[in-house]
Amino acid sequence: MSTTTVQENDVILRVEGLKKHFVPHLSLVESLGKPKKIIKAVDGITFDIRRGEIFALIGESGSGKTTTGKLIMKLIDATDGRMVLDGEDVTTLDKPKLEEYRKKVQMIFQDPYASMNPRFKVRKVLEEPLSIHRIGTGYKDREPLIREALESVKLTPIEEFIERYPHMLSGGQRQRLATARTLILKPKLLVADEPVSMIDLSTRAEILAMMKDVQQSMGLTYLYITHDLSTARYFADRIAVMYLGRIVEIGPSDEVIDNPLHPYTKALIAAVPEPETGKVSVIKDLPIFGEIPSPANIPPGCRFHTRCPYAKDSCKEQVPELVDVGGGHLHACLRAHEI
Amino acid sequence: MSEKVLEVKNLKMYYHTSKGAVRAIDDISFSLFKGETLGVVGESGCGKTSMGTSLLRMPTVPGKFEGGEILIQGKSIIPMAERDVRKDIRWQTISMVFQGAMNCLTPVYTVGRQMYETLYEHKPMSKKEAQPIIEEYLGHVGLPPEVAKRYPHELSGGMKQRVVIATALFLKPSIVILDEPTTALDVVVQAQIINLLKRLKQEFGLSFIFITHDLALESEVSDRICVMYAGKIVELCENAQVFGPQGPAHPYTEKLLLATPRLHKKVESLAFIPGAPPDLVNPPQGCRFAPRCHKVFDRCLVEEPPLREIEPGHMAACWRCF
Ligand SMILES: Nc1ncnc2c1ncn2[C@@H]1O[C@H](COP(=O)(O)OP(=O)(O)OP(=O)(O)O)[C@@H](O)[C@H]1O
Ligand SMILES: Nc1ncnc2c1ncn2[C@@H]1O[C@H](COP(=O)(O)OP(=O)(O)OP(=O)(O)O)[C@@H](O)[C@H]1O
Ligand code: SF4
Ligand SMILES: [Mg+2]
Ligand SMILES: [Mg+2]
Repeated sequence: MSTTTVQENDVILRVEGLKKHFVPHLSLVESLGKPKKIIKAVDGITFDIRRGEIFALIGESGSGKTTTGKLIMKLIDATDGRMVLDGEDVTTLDKPKLEEYRKKVQMIFQDPYASMNPRFKVRKVLEEPLSIHRIGTGYKDREPLIREALESVKLTPIEEFIERYPHMLSGGQRQRLATARTLILKPKLLVADEPVSMIDLSTRAEILAMMKDVQQSMGLTYLYITHDLSTARYFADRIAVMYLGRIVEIGPSDEVIDNPLHPYTKALIAAVPEPETGKVSVIKDLPIFGEIPSPANIPPGCRFHTRCPYAKDSCKEQVPELVDVGGGHLHACLRAHEI
Repeated sequence: MSEKVLEVKNLKMYYHTSKGAVRAIDDISFSLFKGETLGVVGESGCGKTSMGTSLLRMPTVPGKFEGGEILIQGKSIIPMAERDVRKDIRWQTISMVFQGAMNCLTPVYTVGRQMYETLYEHKPMSKKEAQPIIEEYLGHVGLPPEVAKRYPHELSGGMKQRVVIATALFLKPSIVILDEPTTALDVVVQAQIINLLKRLKQEFGLSFIFITHDLALESEVSDRICVMYAGKIVELCENAQVFGPQGPAHPYTEKLLLATPRLHKKVESLAFIPGAPPDLVNPPQGCRFAPRCHKVFDRCLVEEPPLREIEPGHMAACWRCF
């Protein structure tokens, strides 16, 4: 076995050719005489998430990241493709199996406050998932788990926080509580969709550090969804770059950032501001044109060709597939070897 | 030194709430020079937006000025009659792109109609007269004229932000306050909007106050950096004095910079500032940053450090810097 192939039992989640196509709801008048345009939000993605890693999914707004997260959470059904969790096909599940699945795969939402009952004190916020999943029979039973969860996200002293309402917490503390609430079910996989994007820099650094500590001490696996490359590099082991419903590059974080192969990844990197002096009067040279096209109107060939500074005629016709260049670094660009 | 277009002297603006006065702007002084971009940074709640709305002389209720002066092109605007502020100052001389404005466009009106209403409020004119002006300004922000006929939900985030910027420029102000204009956008769109703002600034000879919590972004846009903490300015200096080899002087700025991720220089872990900013109803005695500061000593706990020049063009408010 070569070093780059991963052993089956090292993979916690395998996603194969996964698709999600939305059929828009048009009013009768709107739909008259117009063919229905299908929105291909996720359009055939394949990747493995390895046990104990932080896997980042990166891309612009509208690239299909949240839809991928929802598919993995099984909040929506796939149009096509397959998902395997821990060796078990989970593409379609009956109700009891789905409940089991929802315990194993947890999600942290972008706005933790919106997903919490404001009339619940911290203790109740944490007890709720336990009672939903019928873990323990009363508060006495559940208290050790609640304390353990608060401890792990460092909402301490516990006595002080357990009696508070969510509105009595700072943004950072609320995000800690949201994390504690997902950890309490001891999930195998945690999907975090932009967990820190609306938070200021210092709190963001604090939360990511806390999440990483918890991940390492509990041996968790994360799918970290973001458009922020700089935190992804620092936080994640591997990065997958998504564009218009497809993965265009995937590899170890340092490799993807230091040695990007796909023109889209290069453009994302060029766009990130670095805290250095001397750039105020510089108009940044962005190696990308315009805005992301609609997923209802995906360009033929390489779907990036309309914005790519390297596109040639062949890019308009031929669909690039992911190519492995070694070291677990893959890209889907027809011209990567010459640019 | 070029001409001062704005001068703020010992400004205080408090929100009078049932719990007491929130001292959101608590004795701040600075100037804005013609053609410069002054970056205002700091954690959430430190008073950045309050500073912006104060400069427009429209603090949100229950905010009230408690002292100090705002001079815009030499005119003191706090004592002015509201009518005169509306006629000459607000939007005409100083305008603002509000935090989250792109998500506050009215969903039921077209972009053109909303732009027309803004225009009409200050310069009554017919729709026909307004149309070329609207199209011209859409052009300035890189949007085709058809956008006027679109509804906000038909536009991407970047396009909506361009519309908001066009509207802020409508009445030909010379100073524009931009409050987190790119925070809700992804990196590519953010970079495009920043490029656009830099071009507009040149083209119209504008001066900017650029508010954000993202220091990395400030490094790319602002000539000078104004760091706020708990309603006060704690450091005010040239871009290079924060982002150059010497690094910032104030421990707060130092920590903020260490918490800023760098794409190309990976560190093992990002630093963060433990604790949270103080309650602005009862701010701590002495230096407001003292409870979280890694360089704190006895004096900091009892005596408030003034904002003082520590080298040419570099002000800081910290007992360790003097
Ligand atoms: N229920 C839906 N019906 C129709 N279109 C949808 C639906 N959900 C998502 N889309 C479309 O699919 C595309 C991908 O959306 P998605 O939310 O997955 O993107 P994202 O990468 O998470 O973007 P962001 O960074 O803005 O969160 C978008 O164009 C979106 O408008
Ligand atoms: N209308 C208001 N009434 C009472 N308090 C207010 C009001 N607006 C702001 N504040 C308080 O004033 C302080 C400064 O708020 P401000 O909105 O200026 O901060 P900011 O630096 O812009 O923060 P952010 O980065 O979150 O936008 C905060 O403590 C805030 O809670
Ligand atoms: S395949 Fe062509 S169009 Fe696509 S990214 Fe590569 S060079 Fe650009
Ligand atoms: Mg999303
Ligand atoms: Mg603000």
